Amino acid sequence: MQALLANFDALWSGFLTTLAMSVAAAIVATVLGTVLAAFRVSPIPPLRAFGAIYVQLVRNTPLTAVFFLVIFGLPAVDVTFQSFFIAAVVALSVYTAAFVCEVIRSGINSVSAGQAEAARAIGLTFGQSLREVVLPQAFRTVVPPLGNLWIALVKNSAIAGGAFAVADLTQLAANLARDNPAEVLGVFGGIALAYMVITVPSGIAVGIIERRTAILR
Amino acid sequence: MDLDKTDRAGQPLVSLDGVNKWFGDLHVLQDIDLQIAKGEVIVVIGPSGSGKSTLCRCINRLESVQQGEICLDGVPLPAEGKTLARLRSDVGMVFQSFNLFAHKSILENVTLGPIKVRGTSKAEANKRGRELLDRVGIADQADKVPAQLSGGQQQRAAIARALAMDPKVMLFDEPTSALDPEMINEVLDVMVSLAKDGMTMVVVTHEMGFARKAADRVVFMDHGKIVEEATPEEFFTNPKSDRAKDFLSKILTH
Repeated sequence: MQALLANFDALWSGFLTTLAMSVAAAIVATVLGTVLAAFRVSPIPPLRAFGAIYVQLVRNTPLTAVFFLVIFGLPAVDVTFQSFFIAAVVALSVYTAAFVCEVIRSGINSVSAGQAEAARAIGLTFGQSLREVVLPQAFRTVVPPLGNLWIALVKNSAIAGGAFAVADLTQLAANLARDNPAEVLGVFGGIALAYMVITVPSGIAVGIIERRTAILR
Repeated sequence: MDLDKTDRAGQPLVSLDGVNKWFGDLHVLQDIDLQIAKGEVIVVIGPSGSGKSTLCRCINRLESVQQGEICLDGVPLPAEGKTLARLRSDVGMVFQSFNLFAHKSILENVTLGPIKVRGTSKAEANKRGRELLDRVGIADQADKVPAQLSGGQQQRAAIARALAMDPKVMLFDEPTSALDPEMINEVLDVMVSLAKDGMTMVVVTHEMGFARKAADRVVFMDHGKIVEEATPEEFFTNPKSDRAKDFLSKILTH
C-alpha cells in the first residue's frame, strides 16, 4: 500500500481515467445496444438480420480480440482514433452493446403483446410504439441485468490499461508492481479496492433506480 | 340524441368483401361479407372459436387477411407502414384485457394518441382528456396508474383513450369478458350511451342484454362463417338457423 500512497496523484489520475472510460462506454453501449434491440424486433428483415449477426459476431469474440481489432485492425482500413483512450471506449462500447442488446430484447419480450397492440390501435407507428410504450416498460424490467453489464464493463476496462497504452488503474498497478516487487500484493489489493469504489456504488445506484422506476402491475 | 337508424343511405363506413383468413390449416374466416353503415351498432356473437374476435381485429388490421378486401370509408386498408398507422387512428379499439399503458397515468394514456399522432398540444390534449374521463365517470382517477383502478374503471379509461382519437368507428373485442360481474354494467352503460350518441360500433360480446338494448343488427358467427344476420328482436325471438337456435338455447336458459 505504501507505493500506492506515495503515488497518490497517479492513483487519482488512473482512477479518473478508468471512471471516464467506463462511463463513456456505458453510455455509448446502452444507446447502441438499444438501437440493436430495436433492429432485432423490427418488422424489416434486413435490420433484424443485421442485429442478429452483430450480436453473434461480437458476443462470441474475446474482448481482447475486439481491442486488437479496433486498435490495430481498423487503421488497416484507414479508420484511426485520436487516442488509445477513445479507441478503448469504442472497443468496450462495441463489445458491451451486443450484451445490452440481448438484455433489452428480453425486456421487450417481457412486455405483453397487448401493450404494443394498444399502441398500434391508437395510430402510433412501429417506432413510436417502441419509443413511447414498449421500451420504457422494457427498460424498467431489465434494470438489474443492465446493472450487471455496467459493472462488468468497469472491470473489463482493465484490458485497456493492462494490454494497451491507456493510463488507467490497471496500468498504474502494473507499473507500481514492477517498480516495487516487494509490494505486489498491496498494490494489486489497493487497485482492486479502487475499482470497488466505482462498482459498489454503481450496484447501489442500480438498486435505487430499480425501486424508483418499478411499474405497478 | 335521437338518431334515425333506418337512414342507411350512401356507402358503408366499413365493408368486408369476400374476406378469408387462415391460421395455418385453420380456416378462421370464411367468405365474410359485411357492410356497416355510419352510426350503425353491430353486435357479433357466436361460440368461442367462431372467428368473431378475429373478424373484429381484422377491421383495423391487427390481423391481416389472406383474401378479400376490407375498406374503411371506401378506402382499402393499406399494408404495414405510416398509412396504416394513420388509418388505425380513425378506428377505436377496446380490448378484453384493457391493455392500458402500464407505465403511464390514466390521463397520459388518454392523451398519448392525440399528442403523438394528431400533434395536439399537451394543454389541449389534457383538457380534452379530462373531459373524456369525466364522460366515462372516472375524472377523479386521472392521475393514478392503471393498476390502481378496478377492472371496470380500467375498461372505461380504455374507452376514453379510444374516444380521444375521435374515431369514425369503435371496435369492442369482448370488452366485459374479463370483468367481475358487478363491474360489467358500468362499462355497458358507457357503451349504450355511445351508441345513443350515434357512434358506429362493432361489438363482440356475450352480453345479450346489450345486444337487445343497443344493437341495430346482430351477426351470428360459427366456424368462421356468418351464419345469420338479423335485428336483435328477430334474432332472439325467431332465429332461423339451427346453429343459432342451439346456441341461444344454451346461453339463455340460465
